[in-house]
Amino acid sequence: MARELLKGNAAIAEAAIRAGLEAYFGYPITPQTEVLEHFARRMPELGRVFVQAESEVAAINMVYGAACTGVRVMSTSSSPGVSLMLEGLSYIIGTEVPVVLVNVMRGGPGLGNIAPSQGDYNQAVHGGGHGDYNLIVLAPSTVQEAIDLTALSFDLAERYRTVCMLIADGSIGQMMEPAELPEMKPVKRKNWDWATNGAIGRKRRVLSSIYIDPNDEEVANLRMYRRWEEIQKNEVRYKEYYLEDAEFVVVGFGTAGRVALSAVRAARQQGLKVGLLRPIAVSPFPYEVLDELSKRASAFLVVEMNMGQMLNDVQLASKGRIPVEFYGRPGGMVPFPDEISSEIERIATTKLEIVADPRHAWAERLAAILEEG
Amino acid sequence: MATIAKPENLVYERPQAFTEFPTHYCPGCTHGVAHRLIAETLDEMNITDHAIGVAPVGCSVFAYNYFDCDFVEAAHGRAPAMATGIKRVLPDRVVFSYQGDGDLASIGMAEIMHAAGRGENLTVIFINNAIYGMTGGQMAPTSLPGMKTTSSPLGRDVELQGYPLRMSEILANLDGAGYIVRRSLHNPANIRKAKKAIRTAFETQVHGLGFSMVELLSTCPTNWGISPLESLTWLEEHMIPAFPLGDYKVAPGVAEIKV
Repeated sequence: MARELLKGNAAIAEAAIRAGLEAYFGYPITPQTEVLEHFARRMPELGRVFVQAESEVAAINMVYGAACTGVRVMSTSSSPGVSLMLEGLSYIIGTEVPVVLVNVMRGGPGLGNIAPSQGDYNQAVHGGGHGDYNLIVLAPSTVQEAIDLTALSFDLAERYRTVCMLIADGSIGQMMEPAELPEMKPVKRKNWDWATNGAIGRKRRVLSSIYIDPNDEEVANLRMYRRWEEIQKNEVRYKEYYLEDAEFVVVGFGTAGRVALSAVRAARQQGLKVGLLRPIAVSPFPYEVLDELSKRASAFLVVEMNMGQMLNDVQLASKGRIPVEFYGRPGGMVPFPDEISSEIERIATTKLEIVADPRHAWAERLAAILEEG
Repeated sequence: MATIAKPENLVYERPQAFTEFPTHYCPGCTHGVAHRLIAETLDEMNITDHAIGVAPVGCSVFAYNYFDCDFVEAAHGRAPAMATGIKRVLPDRVVFSYQGDGDLASIGMAEIMHAAGRGENLTVIFINNAIYGMTGGQMAPTSLPGMKTTSSPLGRDVELQGYPLRMSEILANLDGAGYIVRRSLHNPANIRKAKKAIRTAFETQVHGLGFSMVELLSTCPTNWGISPLESLTWLEEHMIPAFPLGDYKVAPGVAEIKV
């Protein structure tokens, strides 16, 4: 296939179609609406299912129903819509059926705005829905990566019978850049031994997230946790840049990681030994690689488009060995590379301390910057 | 099992579409009757192996234990959305939800309205007993004016708590609805009419004639705080005047179906 100029949202939709998506259920919300619009045109022409639901609540429950039949199914939304979907997401995970969900994140909390944000990291990675669960969360930083990870998401969701969520931010969804789509894969219905698709020639099956006896729920929770351990063992994904001799390590995912890479390249040109670790899977998180890096680097700088969420995971991985500094732009603001360059320079030239919550120091500086105007 | 009747004398047996799982319902509750009517219909139409049920949250949360067909368990109120997801990817299966009044007429109002509005080829069995059963007798959207419940202890005051919702009348206004009727389970004659309606509803789906719902006026002796027998009388005297029995929508194609 040739590289073509593709918009992130449409590319995600087309990648899912080519991965064998049979049904899409969604609701319009900026900045993900083009995903829904792409499906609205393409799914009927391929004889596949497209339904614009009455709400995100309904959409995720339509997804839940279709997932129980064993077909490849997905929904997409943006932050406030994903909040509405969390009830269904918890049920889906509790029922152990595979689903792919995309969050094209925007500024919040509340109605917020429609600018790119990473404010939903904690919601995606550390829960959001009720109950004791973990899920796979992937974070693309380019349109190409969004395509590749969308296709991968279906395989992962099916392999582990869980939800694979893609968190892209508004800029990934809205930007156009050259990328290559995969070949169209034929729709293949797999003969799952758990799917409720009609008890024709077999015993009936029930799919449910209910375990009314706590003894049974404990067994189910442990089963899901053991599967999560498998996921942690097999599905950690990240990309390293200039880390071989790095004294300072920037950590950022998605668009923040991509902007940080420009800053890291600029710093390298100035002779600073700085590298970048960009988690591609933010759940499971690359704790081990950060653990190792914290043994040889002198400081971490976490860059996010929020007030410090992945930061806590980086701190956990570094085990207090080295200072972890934070630079974040919340509320739909996207950092420029020179902002991160300044931070790298500051870290390289300042005596840093290990503190419990690096966000305080950044909040002080951000408040001063905003006051200056 | 010992033979207790010669086949030629047998007048009553467990429908094939039932499992042998004992139901958990309270004595005198009409859920068992409604379940049986569905099971008999699945048997008569020979569709059990093609049927996929969607259980609700509420007293009938365990409905999936009792029918010998595939079943899923929905979140509270979301059964019509889940059923939509199933039916859209498997249009040749027979998909039905079983929902109470809190599930369907309160928390699941958006899902039921839009499933009907889209004309989803689904069958909904709607149990209206004017109260929340599972949580212990709170006011439902179908509770009658003046009705005492644990959350309207002085009786439902319409000035403060509003009026009961008549779902069959509401849904019958939607073009996507093919068959919407209200029946009652308070005596054998009405149970027979309810059975015929359930059969027609499933036939509506099999014929692709749109959304079908049978509302069944039902009893809840436990939470009404009266005996099963008194409950049947109470239903007849109080619920039927508030929720008139009848056919609210019978699309032309459905009218031609003979059951």
